[in-house]
Amino acid sequence: MSARLGFVMLVHTALDRAAQVARFVAQAGSPVVIHVDARVPAAQHARLTAALADLPDVRFCRRHRGEWGTWSLVAAMQTAARQLLDDFPQVQNVYAMSGACLPLRPIADLATWLERHPDTDFIESVNVADVNWTKGGLSEERFSLWFPFAFKRRKWLFDRTVDLQRLLRINRDIPDGIDPHIGSQWWCLTRETLDLILRDPMRPHYDRYFRRVWIPDESYFQTLVRLHGRKVESRSLTLGKFDHQGRPHVFYDDHLQLLRRSDCFMARKVWPGAGRLYDHFLTPREGSVSDAEPQPSRIDRHFARATAQRIRGRAGLYMASRFPVKNRENGKTAEPYSVFQGFSEVFQDFEGWLTAVANCRVHGHLFAPHKAEFAGREKVFAGGLSDSATLRDYNPRAFLTNLLWATRGERQCFQFGPGDTQGKGFDLLWFMAADSNAQISVISGAWAVPLYRSGRDFAQIRREAARLQRIEMQQLEILQSPHVRARIRIWTMAEFLENPAEPLHMLFDEIAPHSQARLIRIPDLVDLSGFGSFLQELRNQGMQPVLMGDFPLGPVSPDPSHRMK
Amino acid sequence: MGRAQQVWQAYQWRRRRQLRIARALARRRDLAPIVDRTDLIRPGDILAFVTLRNEATRLPYFLQYYRALGVRHFLVVDNDSTDESGAFLAEQPDVSLWHTKASYRRARFGMDWMQALLMQHGHGHWCLTVDADELLVYPHLETRPLPALTAWLEDRGEVALGALMLDLFPQGPLNAVRYRPGQDPTEVLAWYDSASYTIQRKPETGALWIQGGPRSRMFLSERPERGPTLTKVPLVKWHWRYVYTNSTHAMLPRHLNLIYDTEGGEKLSGVLLHTKFLPEIAVKSAEEKSRRQHFGEPGDFDDYYDALTLAPDLWHPFASRYRGWRQLEAEGLMSRGEWG
Repeated sequence: MSARLGFVMLVHTALDRAAQVARFVAQAGSPVVIHVDARVPAAQHARLTAALADLPDVRFCRRHRGEWGTWSLVAAMQTAARQLLDDFPQVQNVYAMSGACLPLRPIADLATWLERHPDTDFIESVNVADVNWTKGGLSEERFSLWFPFAFKRRKWLFDRTVDLQRLLRINRDIPDGIDPHIGSQWWCLTRETLDLILRDPMRPHYDRYFRRVWIPDESYFQTLVRLHGRKVESRSLTLGKFDHQGRPHVFYDDHLQLLRRSDCFMARKVWPGAGRLYDHFLTPREGSVSDAEPQPSRIDRHFARATAQRIRGRAGLYMASRFPVKNRENGKTAEPYSVFQGFSEVFQDFEGWLTAVANCRVHGHLFAPHKAEFAGREKVFAGGLSDSATLRDYNPRAFLTNLLWATRGERQCFQFGPGDTQGKGFDLLWFMAADSNAQISVISGAWAVPLYRSGRDFAQIRREAARLQRIEMQQLEILQSPHVRARIRIWTMAEFLENPAEPLHMLFDEIAPHSQARLIRIPDLVDLSGFGSFLQELRNQGMQPVLMGDFPLGPVSPDPSHRMK
Repeated sequence: MGRAQQVWQAYQWRRRRQLRIARALARRRDLAPIVDRTDLIRPGDILAFVTLRNEATRLPYFLQYYRALGVRHFLVVDNDSTDESGAFLAEQPDVSLWHTKASYRRARFGMDWMQALLMQHGHGHWCLTVDADELLVYPHLETRPLPALTAWLEDRGEVALGALMLDLFPQGPLNAVRYRPGQDPTEVLAWYDSASYTIQRKPETGALWIQGGPRSRMFLSERPERGPTLTKVPLVKWHWRYVYTNSTHAMLPRHLNLIYDTEGGEKLSGVLLHTKFLPEIAVKSAEEKSRRQHFGEPGDFDDYYDALTLAPDLWHPFASRYRGWRQLEAEGLMSRGEWG
């Protein structure tokens, strides 16, 4: 049965692998006509013919000088196909392959499968007007311009001739009856279709046209099959994937399982050094013919993932081969995180409370001036981050992105405030505010609470209060700018204390959406009796504390009806 | 920047590159050939270029490792070793060896020698320029040796592979572990920091400047700007015009430094496992301090060498244990890019 399936094989490198594959095919009973690129040195060519001399059904055809993207590859294919049809009259299907192709299933499988699809031409053939997958910016222009220069060897001339023709608005006449189609050059055609294409009385005319088309090997047969084919099934039986630049993906030993399970007939291209692949797939297998259908989808997914990593990358990762410019990060940080400003000031042991009720890592002031207050006050934290303030302040943004990257899978929460490192020009807060992963909650003016409780010299306190207020005002300005992407909530201290439970529950729902926030006890407030008079005292000293909101002079106690049960 | 200024700058960079080449050619005279087997080099061979001093302990594994990856020839400058390095190398069939007593510092930390050899023998080859304590790891390396990697890069028009230099350290004091020559150093130095690195882009060359890791954390936490430079371009399809500007951290012409993606994607990259902290580090630090042959101002790193002489413990509970390239990639220290 395999004798009814013939192969044309184009080879130019890794001749020993090509010989192995040709032997495998021929031993299954299928004839092979090999086209060896004319640039292959005579000695190598002689070794190849000698290696296959014992196989009468392996023939070599007249050689052309192959150059990528040029007519020579079509000429080679024509010559080899003609010879195959003439030398082997029993051949009913012709499969075009390259020396870097590897059969993944016995040839008998393919031959039987083709028997079940009579009179069908398997060739990817897509109307050029409808494709969007051509790489390099040329699709319809492949057919309407002239391409006298080789793309790889004469890149500059190639580009200039294209530019010039665009400028002159050159538009070649496409021969009558021709509707340009493109697709993979690894096809499998029936004898009838191939013969009609090669014997077409118009062929000299078509050939003359395609000689100056760009990459005609992807369009010659793909276009003409539409004139002569009886039943065109537009797909290639050869599994081949392309990367985002349009270069073919390569298969290596580690793809063995993936290829085995794909049930595809042929894969391209295979790295010549992939010994395990060649050994495995070219070892004759026992057993009957399998009629499994090819399932390339797993391989499609495998390479789609790789392309996504190359194009989009992993969000929040900054490394030696991924350093996005501003706003091209596809995600500034790895995962959602929460920033609390003023909470540990108004609540007693806010950190301890949050750790206990939410399933997340709660840090103190990560950007405190003296050191990074990691959860548990670790000296070294995830990823090898040190608690040294100098090291952290050398690049506070990297410190944050590193922390979030190294702790993926666990939400990070930390305290922030006007007394902390802000980075150059509030760099850090700008970064967080523009980050959609950030949840930033601010109780403005709460920085005054520790001052009030410090019992320090009042002149000092007043100076510090003025400084912190100035910083927090700038922070609020950033958080209210139109460029923010973070979830930002700001309360004045007075607003917040009117009913602390409500905002806490709201935040909590976002941090841990599945826990029953409503049932959770809220933490105790610090003692604020006398805070009102403290603020008045600041006013009396000539400072104007404004960020706390309207704080009553007398002692505050939140309305008991708002406390949670 | 105006057009005229751009042209002027380009000219300046070109001058700088030419001076480097001239300088390397002059320093070529420092090198006395011991064994020259460079006639064994065949077109397409992958070559390794190494400057070393007293690395007899590391060399057996080093050569074995890179041979297995597909390096076909090693071009080594022995900077006056006093151990068996020279004799050992001279008898290896795939090593060409040069000797010099000249100052490492004055030869731009050996780079002038490397540059001269690269220019003479590296043109047209993929060249790996590494130290004896650096082992290159990249995605899929157990099934895809260097020729597979370089073929892939070349097919995509890439001429260089970037890498992060990753400091490995043991658990416990540096001098508490034992290493025997020929052993895989990651058995002894099994730990590293996975995410303590900072990156800046150098506007003038376009190169990234990565710093951090255990050395910054332990010895330079008060002077982070002096932290070691961890960016490396170890593997390059060499052209005689190319130069390394600052160790193997950056290159000229400047486009060679674009080994990273700026639009959010990830390019293919590797990691250089740095086995500096093998137990002999304490002794070597004392020697390095007295020889004053290292980067920066002599004396700048005295504290650092003193600290190392005391064999500190770099380990911490969050350190990652080395488990091969897949983990390094998952941790974002390198990337397969689109090489799926």
